[in-house]
Amino acid sequence: MEEKEPVIIIRDVHKAFGKNVVLDGFNLTVYRGENVAVLGKSGSGKSVLIKCIIGLLEPDSGYIEVLGQDISRLSHIEMDQLRAKVGFLFQSNALYDSMTVRENLEFPLRRHWIDVTEEQQNAMVMEVLESVGLPHTVDMLPVELSGGMRKRIALARTLILKPEIILYDEPTTGLDPITGLEITELIKTIQHSRQASSILISHDLKLARIAADRIAMLIDGKCRQEGAYEELIAGADPAVLAFFA
Amino acid sequence: MTQVPGQKPLLEETGELSVFAARFFREAFRPPFEVQEFLHQCYLIGYKSLSLVGLTAFIMGLVLTMQLRPNLVYYGVESQLPAMVGIAIIREIGPVITALIFAGKIGSSIGAELGSMRVTEQIDAMEVSGTNPYKYLVVTRVLAATLMMPLLATIADAISLYGSFLGVNLYEVLSWKLFITQVFDYLDYEDVVPAFVKCFFFGFAVGIVGCYKGYYSSKGTEGVGRSANSAVVLASILIFVIDLLSVQVAELIW
Repeated sequence: MEEKEPVIIIRDVHKAFGKNVVLDGFNLTVYRGENVAVLGKSGSGKSVLIKCIIGLLEPDSGYIEVLGQDISRLSHIEMDQLRAKVGFLFQSNALYDSMTVRENLEFPLRRHWIDVTEEQQNAMVMEVLESVGLPHTVDMLPVELSGGMRKRIALARTLILKPEIILYDEPTTGLDPITGLEITELIKTIQHSRQASSILISHDLKLARIAADRIAMLIDGKCRQEGAYEELIAGADPAVLAFFA
Repeated sequence: MTQVPGQKPLLEETGELSVFAARFFREAFRPPFEVQEFLHQCYLIGYKSLSLVGLTAFIMGLVLTMQLRPNLVYYGVESQLPAMVGIAIIREIGPVITALIFAGKIGSSIGAELGSMRVTEQIDAMEVSGTNPYKYLVVTRVLAATLMMPLLATIADAISLYGSFLGVNLYEVLSWKLFITQVFDYLDYEDVVPAFVKCFFFGFAVGIVGCYKGYYSSKGTEGVGRSANSAVVLASILIFVIDLLSVQVAELIW
C-alpha cells in the first residue's frame, strides 16, 4: 500500500496570550492532497493555529513541520522560501487598498519570483483571475469590488504562486449564504484542479462538509476529535455533537 | 495616577518607541532597499503636503508682519521689520509651524494607514508575500519624512517671507530687493544651519511616531482612530522637545 506523505505535522502545540490559553497541546497531521477543515467556536484559537503554521505567530511550545521543515529552526530567508509554497487566504482578504487588483496579484510574484518577466507576470495574473472568474477586474481597486469579489481576488492572490499547501482562514465569514456557497464551490474546484493540500479554518459546517476530506474539532485548545463529517455526527462526544446541532 | 484605558504607561511606551526607532537604523542600511516605495512616499509626503504647508506659511508671514508692525511703529523702529520677521521665521516659526502642520497631516495619515493595514491583516499578508513589512512600510516612510521635512520647511520659509513682504507693502512701499536685502543682512549661519538641521529631527520624529502608532495598532477601527490621534499628539510634543534641545545644542556650539 502507498504510504501517505505528511505535509503538515503539528505536535503538542501550546499558545497563550497572557493568562488566556488558546492552544493547549494541539495535534494534527495533514497529508499531501488532503483537505482538512479545523472547526471550532469563535475565539477558540483557529486563526492562531493557522498563523502559527505560517510563522506569523510563534507557539510557546510544541513542534510544527511544514513540507518537511521544522519552522522554528528556519532563518528569515528560509521562511520566505517556504512561504512561497504555502498560500494563505486571510479572513479579512488583506488586499492592499492602495493597489489595483493587478498590483495586488503581482506583489507576491515580484517578491518571491524575482526572475519572472513582465509578459509572464501578465499572463499569470490573467490566468489566475480567469480561474476565479474575474478577469474584468484587473485594473480595479479593491474598494470598487463587492465582498464576494474581494474574496475571489484574495483567493487569486493566494493561488498565483501555485502553492503546494493552501491555508484558508474563515473563507466564508462575512459573506451572504449564496456568495458563501459560491466561494465554497470555488475552493472545491481549485482543490481538485490544483491538487494542493489545504487546511480550512471555519465554523461553517456547510463549507467543511463540501470542501473537506477530514474535519478536526478544536475544542478547549485541543484537537478533540477528527474524522469525516459522517463519523463526527455519528460520534458520542457531546461537545462535538453540540457543534453539529 | 489614573491610566486611560488602552493607553500604555509612559515609561513602557517610551521604551517600545525607542526599540522601534533603533530597529529603523538596523533595517535602513541593510539591503534590499525599497527604492521605488521610498520615492513614492517622498512624492506623497513631500509634494502632496506642499500646498497646505505653502498656504499656512504665507498666512503666517503675513499675519506675523501685521501683528509686529504697530509695536515697531510705536518705538520708531519700523525699518527693522523685515529683519525681525526674517529672523523669527527662519530661526523658529517657519520650522516649528511647518513641523506641526506636517505632524497633523503626515503623522496622522501614516498612523491611520498603517493602523488600518494592521487591523485588516495587510501587514501580515505582506510578510507572507516574502516582504519585510518594517522595511517596506516603516523605513520608507520614516526616511521620506526625514528628508522631505527640511525641504518643506525651506520652501515654507521662502513663502512666509514673501507673505511678510506683502504685509509690509500693505502699509508702505518697499521693493522686494530691499526687503530681502534687509532680511539677509541680519541673518547669519548660526540662524540658518541649526534651524535647517533640526528639521531633519522633526521629520524623523513625525515619521517614526506615526509608524509606531500605526504598526502596533489594535482593537479594530477604534484602534485606528486612536493611533492617528495619538500619533499627532505625541509627534507634536516631540517637536517642542526637540526644538528646546536644539536651542541648547546650538548655543553650546555657537
